[in-house]
Amino acid sequence: MRIIGKSVNREDAYEKVTGKAPFTDDLSFAGMLYAKVKRSSFPHAKLLRVDTSKAKALTGVHDIATSNEIPGKNLVHVVIDDQPLLADGLVKYIGEPIAVVAAETPEIAEEACELIDVEYDELPAILDPLKSRGEDSVKIYGEDNIFAHHKIRKGDIEQGFEQADIILENTYRTPYQEHAYLETQGMVAVPRFGGAIDIHGSMQCPFYVQQTVSDILGLSLNKVRVIQMRTGGAFGGKEDVPSLVGGQAALSAYRTQRPVKLIYTREEDIISMSKRHPGWIRYKTGMTREGELTAVEIEFIFDSGAYSTLSSIVLWRGIVHSVGPYNVPNVKVDAYAVATNKVPCGAFRGFGSPQVIFAGETQMNELADKLGMDPVDLRRKNILRVGDRTATGQLLDHSVGIGKTLEAACGKADWMRKKEEYSKDTGETRRGIGLSTIFYGVGLGAGGKHLAKTGAYVQVLKDCTVQFAVGTTEMGQGMRTVLTQIVAEQLGVSYRQVFMMETDTSRVPDSGPTVASRATVMSGNALIEACKPIKQTMLKTAAKLLNSRPEYLEFSGEEIMLQKEPKAKVAVTQVIEECHNNNENMASEGWFVAPTTSWNAELGQGKAYFAYSWATNVAEVEVDTKTYEVKVLSITAAHDMGKAINPTQVEGQIEGGSLQGMGYGLMEEVLTENGRIINPNFSTYIIPTALDTPEVVPLIVEEPFEDGPYGAKGFGEQPLMGIAPAVTAAISDAIGVKLHELPATPERIMDALKRKGEGK
Amino acid sequence: MITINFKINGTGKELIVPGTATLLEILREHLYLTGTKEGCGKGECGACTVIFNGKSVNSCLVLAPQVDGCEIITIEGLEKDGELDQIQEAFIEAGAVQCGFCIPGFIMSAKALLMENPQPTREEIKKGISGNLCRCTGYKKIIDAIQLAAEKLRDK
Repeated sequence: MRIIGKSVNREDAYEKVTGKAPFTDDLSFAGMLYAKVKRSSFPHAKLLRVDTSKAKALTGVHDIATSNEIPGKNLVHVVIDDQPLLADGLVKYIGEPIAVVAAETPEIAEEACELIDVEYDELPAILDPLKSRGEDSVKIYGEDNIFAHHKIRKGDIEQGFEQADIILENTYRTPYQEHAYLETQGMVAVPRFGGAIDIHGSMQCPFYVQQTVSDILGLSLNKVRVIQMRTGGAFGGKEDVPSLVGGQAALSAYRTQRPVKLIYTREEDIISMSKRHPGWIRYKTGMTREGELTAVEIEFIFDSGAYSTLSSIVLWRGIVHSVGPYNVPNVKVDAYAVATNKVPCGAFRGFGSPQVIFAGETQMNELADKLGMDPVDLRRKNILRVGDRTATGQLLDHSVGIGKTLEAACGKADWMRKKEEYSKDTGETRRGIGLSTIFYGVGLGAGGKHLAKTGAYVQVLKDCTVQFAVGTTEMGQGMRTVLTQIVAEQLGVSYRQVFMMETDTSRVPDSGPTVASRATVMSGNALIEACKPIKQTMLKTAAKLLNSRPEYLEFSGEEIMLQKEPKAKVAVTQVIEECHNNNENMASEGWFVAPTTSWNAELGQGKAYFAYSWATNVAEVEVDTKTYEVKVLSITAAHDMGKAINPTQVEGQIEGGSLQGMGYGLMEEVLTENGRIINPNFSTYIIPTALDTPEVVPLIVEEPFEDGPYGAKGFGEQPLMGIAPAVTAAISDAIGVKLHELPATPERIMDALKRKGEGK
Repeated sequence: MITINFKINGTGKELIVPGTATLLEILREHLYLTGTKEGCGKGECGACTVIFNGKSVNSCLVLAPQVDGCEIITIEGLEKDGELDQIQEAFIEAGAVQCGFCIPGFIMSAKALLMENPQPTREEIKKGISGNLCRCTGYKKIIDAIQLAAEKLRDK
């Protein structure tokens, strides 16, 4: 292939290194106003009075909207319809939006927010997720504060534990994680002719924003157009919550009939936007003396915050991934998403899996220890292979690369030798090595079947360039580049001749969200569909030029040639010109629906996802035995993504995801006090810097997926998912401490050692 | 309001701005140089890094009166006559760009570093960009890019 599998430079790199790439805050329109959001100061309170009179009197203020001023439905639809755009008589978390101000400058808007007088009647709040389900707890959602309960029942769990020679049971805790995308949330809403409105903004899911703006304004969908600007990182944090930002900007713009810009401050973004769910996980594993898994029983709770948002499907992905990439005959899983009076949690790279993977992989590593078996050998005994069934009973018939990733990562990291060498460390700093093996269900799966579709549009122009559009978005992950490569390869043109138009809801039909590592597979396949009729036309035209028949011809590089006589050929550019001269239609649409999935909710059995990607991570650390500071020396990460359409972009995903996973494992933690986030900035919420970077060694394994474009599967989330347990296993290997709580800060390591009776 | 005179990307400017305006606001809102980004507004992320009298600074922490009489280079000042700076070229070639929001800041920090130390070690590069946050790349290809830029400078 000419372009697939090649590390061509990113399609958008030039505009990004020159500062020309247009992000939301770079937009301006004549007469534009600036919006600010007034937010709740209490975790749970009745709103007795929202007095906007003083704020309205301020010079330069054009509009203040509360829930009373919403012309349509006061609703941000995600899964369960429980979340208002603006609080209506009741607030359920600190930072919940109450009113939107539009003014001539951001400073005036901010001052007006301070002048809005809100009278609260404080109610008791539920802040501890473990108490949320209790009978005497304050009820903030339904009768039991449970947004969702998902389960798996496979085999006979009691029999499974009876067959075990060894049973290990532990409780794990994982923290909130903040996305910390560098560009905060932002939208610009612009009123248009005919009562329509355009929304420009930073987002993953334009069709979600379109729905919310339509609901809020009471406008039909055909009058709401959403255009994605360049998006400065997302990681799941711009999946559902941009609907709030878009709805707020749209409300002000609609009421003032002026363009309105709304850009969140960093602090506002951290206190009010979604996070990774904190997890509490009780994990019980049964194993034979020979190291074969006989049973896994898990109960876990996700602290979901004040509204249900995406929690139900985050929890669902959590259960499907909770048992790990292993053969386990007997499984019982119960998982609960519970309500608390805190910021609503939502999507974050891995989507409910990193929490349970930390628990499950730590179990595997500790079991290996107990059995005196090498953890790599323990994986070799239990990992899934072609012909095996997952914990949800899904038969794996192809594209199972876990074994290859295990051998690749452990081979490259020189596991055996390092394990031996590090065990001899006796000094003040000790080294250790640890691993994790994981899998990832690609796409929305059975939990999101109704959204598992995508559209594409392709047009070949008379100057032999190509433009295309899709409904999925670029947020940094490299989708524009990969899809441009696919279109260029398909149509026999050069990579530089192809241009992707910005994602815009008016260009292609609703294509679902850009989440679940689905863009390459879904939009890639839709584009291949869109190219088909155009290629047919080109073959027909080339046949005339070559005095042959279309079925005897094929694309070869940037030419079309006779299959049996390669010398008889014509340049693709000449064919395109001829097509235009003959008034052929050189534009086409494509549509792709994901392969079938299925789910039995009672048993938690079914074909959960249409494909899985696989990975093995090996982490090496150095631990200071006086300060308990951990330095990660290296992460060797082997990933099977079916086909690396652009290997450099794949490496970029592995390197970036690994560091984000290292942050989750060692340092990142959103702290709350009485429901208030107390570290809402980058000097207190610490993410890794260049000085924290280990040597990340990315390894590519390709086990093609037959329904993927050129064999590709999605994998963008996977690089983060298994890093934390590999790092904590390495710490454990270095100093013999068991870590069941993240992040593994020096304080936690010291506490864990103390509990073990070895601390100082 | 105060009047300030300064040099921006080689050109002299006189502006009347509020005394409380930050250099970041002056660049973005008065000069429409939107390549410099705001990530936090508090000097914690480095997205707004520019070169100020030859040193890299967070432009969100510099106030208008300090700008008077100074020389400033922003990301827009690097491309000359359609030719990219070696650092920009290297960022493209090394695959150092993902979402791109932090990239202008990184390139300006790299520029300041290479102006002072044209052949830095990998550790010196890490230190030189430690005030800039990136959430996408894991920094590896950014460090590679700066090393590559240093090589390009040496071979020039």
